[in-house]
Amino acid sequence: MFEKKNFTIMNSNTKSKLKSLVGDTNYFDSYEDRLVYSYDGTPTLHQMPEAVLFPQDEEQISQILKLANEEKFAVVPRGAGTGLSGGSVPVENSVVIVLTKWNKILEVDEKNLTVLVQPGVITGILQKEVEKIGLFYPPDPGSLNVCTIGGNVANNAGGLRGLKYGVTKNYVLGVEMVLPNGDLLKTGGKNMKDVAGYNLRDFIVGSEGTLGIITKVLLKIIPKPAKVITLLAYFDKLTDSAQAVSDIIAAHITPSMMEFLDNTTINCIEDYVKIGLPRNSEAILLIEVDGKGSAVDEDSEIIKTILQKNKASLIRTATTESESLQLKTARRTAFSALARKKPTTILEDATVPRSELPIMIEKITQSAKQFDVMIGNFGHAGDGNLHPTALTDERDKKEIEKAHRAFDFIFNEAIKLGGTITGEHGTGLSKKHFLEKLAGIPGVEMMKKIKSVIDENNILNPGKIFTISPRCEGSLPIRREQIKDL
Amino acid sequence: MKSVNSHQELLKILPHDDILQQCMHCGLCLATCPTYDLTKMERSSPRGRIYMIKSVARGEMELSETFAEEMNFCLDCQACETACPAGVKYGRMVETARVVVDESIHRQKYSVKLKRFLLRNIVASRKALKFVSGLLKLYQKSGLQNLLRKTCLLKLVSKKLYEIEKLTPVISDRFSDSNINEIENPDGKSKYKTAFHFGCLMNTMFADINQDTIDVLKSVGCRIITPKDQVCCGSLMGHNGDMEFALKLARKNIDAFLKHDYDFLISNSAGCGAFMKDYAHLLEDDPIYAEKAKIFSSKVKDVMEFLAEHKPELELEPKPEPELITYHDACHLAHAQKITSQPRDVIKSIPGIKYTELDEATWCCGSAGIYNVVRYDDALKQLERKMKNIEKTGAKIVLTGNPGCMGQIKFGAEKFDVNVEVLHPVTLIKKLLS
Ligand SMILES: Cc1cc2nc3c(=O)[nH]c(=O)nc-3n(C[C@H](O)[C@H](O)[C@H](O)COP(=O)(O)OP(=O)(O)OC[C@H]3O[C@@H](n4cnc5c(N)ncnc54)[C@H](O)[C@@H]3O)c2cc1C
Ligand code: SF4
Ligand code: SF4
Repeated sequence: MFEKKNFTIMNSNTKSKLKSLVGDTNYFDSYEDRLVYSYDGTPTLHQMPEAVLFPQDEEQISQILKLANEEKFAVVPRGAGTGLSGGSVPVENSVVIVLTKWNKILEVDEKNLTVLVQPGVITGILQKEVEKIGLFYPPDPGSLNVCTIGGNVANNAGGLRGLKYGVTKNYVLGVEMVLPNGDLLKTGGKNMKDVAGYNLRDFIVGSEGTLGIITKVLLKIIPKPAKVITLLAYFDKLTDSAQAVSDIIAAHITPSMMEFLDNTTINCIEDYVKIGLPRNSEAILLIEVDGKGSAVDEDSEIIKTILQKNKASLIRTATTESESLQLKTARRTAFSALARKKPTTILEDATVPRSELPIMIEKITQSAKQFDVMIGNFGHAGDGNLHPTALTDERDKKEIEKAHRAFDFIFNEAIKLGGTITGEHGTGLSKKHFLEKLAGIPGVEMMKKIKSVIDENNILNPGKIFTISPRCEGSLPIRREQIKDL
Repeated sequence: MKSVNSHQELLKILPHDDILQQCMHCGLCLATCPTYDLTKMERSSPRGRIYMIKSVARGEMELSETFAEEMNFCLDCQACETACPAGVKYGRMVETARVVVDESIHRQKYSVKLKRFLLRNIVASRKALKFVSGLLKLYQKSGLQNLLRKTCLLKLVSKKLYEIEKLTPVISDRFSDSNINEIENPDGKSKYKTAFHFGCLMNTMFADINQDTIDVLKSVGCRIITPKDQVCCGSLMGHNGDMEFALKLARKNIDAFLKHDYDFLISNSAGCGAFMKDYAHLLEDDPIYAEKAKIFSSKVKDVMEFLAEHKPELELEPKPEPELITYHDACHLAHAQKITSQPRDVIKSIPGIKYTELDEATWCCGSAGIYNVVRYDDALKQLERKMKNIEKTGAKIVLTGNPGCMGQIKFGAEKFDVNVEVLHPVTLIKKLLS
């Protein structure tokens, strides 16, 4: 009964070549190993790779890519597999290259304020290391204790502190990566200014593993802020919280974070962490201001006044560093905690101009009612970036259908308000159908052209972001299931 | 193929598909998993294991050697349950999977049979355990142990056997069940009606700690019933694939204790406490025992959990020597029972104490039931990490609330040459009772 599922496409000759390239102990093609690399953090997407490889150095990666061009199989780079758009989910006839073992911090340059890291370094570990010497690496995605710098660069990951400190791209000074043809590209460096030719570095950030395999990253670090104040504001009405966010931005104050959580999310998180979050509030805002001494106090006072004006029912100030950390940690679990209600949590990444936030939040509530799906809503409100999350069960096809309709509605509303539907999670597989609407046809055409020049045979993470249609009428289906799909 | 049966069996045991569906593969648990940390391979991560269990249960994957290996490589430390925001019940899944692994293709394997025989007939039987312990005691007292250790005779036979032998705990001179009276009354007024489970290993190998527990409980005004007909809690069997037998023991304990009138059932062994708190769950489908199990479990409390609520009643002399003290969280306290702050509260409230936090205090020490014996090499890697962290604190005493952890860390102190004394918190408290 397992024969069908165990079916592999790649011929054994190719497999043994791969095996000898990376060595027996770094090559895996058992059913079990292929199975556990068939998914990332994205719900409902999975596909088994043909093999899983742990290459040891750049040369091995280069050899694998050259072989892929010769023998026409696909290569999918993978960090920790926490991505939420299917970026590291394998494709048909592919091998996965896992970079979690490339986890060394190679250099901390305190004079130039840079760090040089391997791509498998875990974001949270890097942060702890540099904080030990009074420095600071701000990008902090919710998954920071698990995700890798390589994955962050490939997805241009954001985080809670994005509001003031920006996202990963604002910290990448240089990248080394193996190109699809096997060449090693080095771009950028420790210079803060550099205009030699096209800005390849920024182009690589956010390329989602489709243009090359990142093997080294040079990151900018900054001095750690001297003072931090963390506030938690409770609201009885959802729209009041959204208005407070808009008012704070309009008052020309830039907190380092301004996170929004609705009632469903509050309750799921509280079930998990049990730290006394207000179960009856319609929404809470988690706000942090940081910087130099007195300026921080002043800003926090102004913020408190605005919160009060918007009818915050209670404003809590974290009194210790551990309390502040506890609140942020709780916020970071939001997405996963929502799975307590229903196992399949489909999350959106809608971003609107911040002045439109109150309207967007209302539209999301409306969509839940109109399409009869349970939606938990939370997000980086200060950036206008919300994560409405449909709580469903993938075994209930009707429910999934309803969720998709609700999201179509949300998506259209976001676009009407001048927004986008992927703020930080990337396009990957799950958002590629929307790309043309967002980037425009000329934009997508340009991306495709770039991709087909750099990756002539379309071997590196193909089918992600967009589909490059083959020049002929399409390849012949290899499996029965494919015929069904056509 | 034989395994087909097993899939159905697995499905039958896992109540319904929901527990399998719960994991949304977000990966947030990866960072806390000691085995993933060693291999950086998804198959030795909680998320990977859950995915494999799911596939086996749905009949999509064979019950293979690799599957069996990963289920047994897992420490069942449940750090992933603590880390999982979605509330996935990983422990139940892996334990069920182990049952199936043991029952299926690997049934013939000699080691499984031996493990089961030992756990059923020696550990679970007080008489036999006392007999074996008696022999061990004789072995330790007679000087034969020293002779063997010094001459490295065992090393000649097998290097591993030589190392594992060192894990045998020092057997107590007298066993608790004969030391402790069935009813112990406090000196002053009796304020709390408690019962005491003395544990199988605690009874024979750590009887002094049981005595300390009784003395400390008495000092805060507890009347303590210690039924003579109580049995081993069953956790070692339950965690190692023999749930049937574990449940037999559970029913016996329920009968033995519920005859008596008490409000709290105190345990000083994290593993036993966790398992007894779980009886309610494990027996929920048992028509006769479901209700009783609920009552039984609701009364179980770890001794430190109990003492944290009665801190003001503890009358202690200030600690005379000012050595630095640290605390290691037993997995079965921190992860299975979610008890982390209470022991620290009590320890820090001891007058004259100098306390320091241990880095990665909730990281498994590798003891993990019988893991350190059946997977000695893997356990050693976790132990080495633990000992490095302990050494870094500079503490002279490390406190921990589980016999398994105590034995393991004592062994580690010797093996890695770390100068630290390992005590159960109640032993320290007992020494300072005024
Ligand atoms: C609970 C939770 C919270 C999250 N919160 C946030 C958040 O706040 N902000 C945010 O932006 N994201 C968030 N994410 C999404 C995700 O964690 C990020 O996208 C992260 O950057 C992915 O890193 P990873 O190491 O897991 O990469 P993976 O998921 O393994 O891969 C992501 C992409 O990067 C590519 N890739 C990985 N490594 C390399 C490499 N070395 N070279 C080339 N390409 C590579 C892959 O092919 C894939 O396309 C969250 C996810 C979860 C589960
Ligand atoms: S067990 Fe929990 S934390 Fe781990 S992947 Fe599953 S849902 Fe996420
Ligand atoms: S129980 Fe421990 S070892 Fe097993 S998967 Fe969970 S964290 Fe890893």
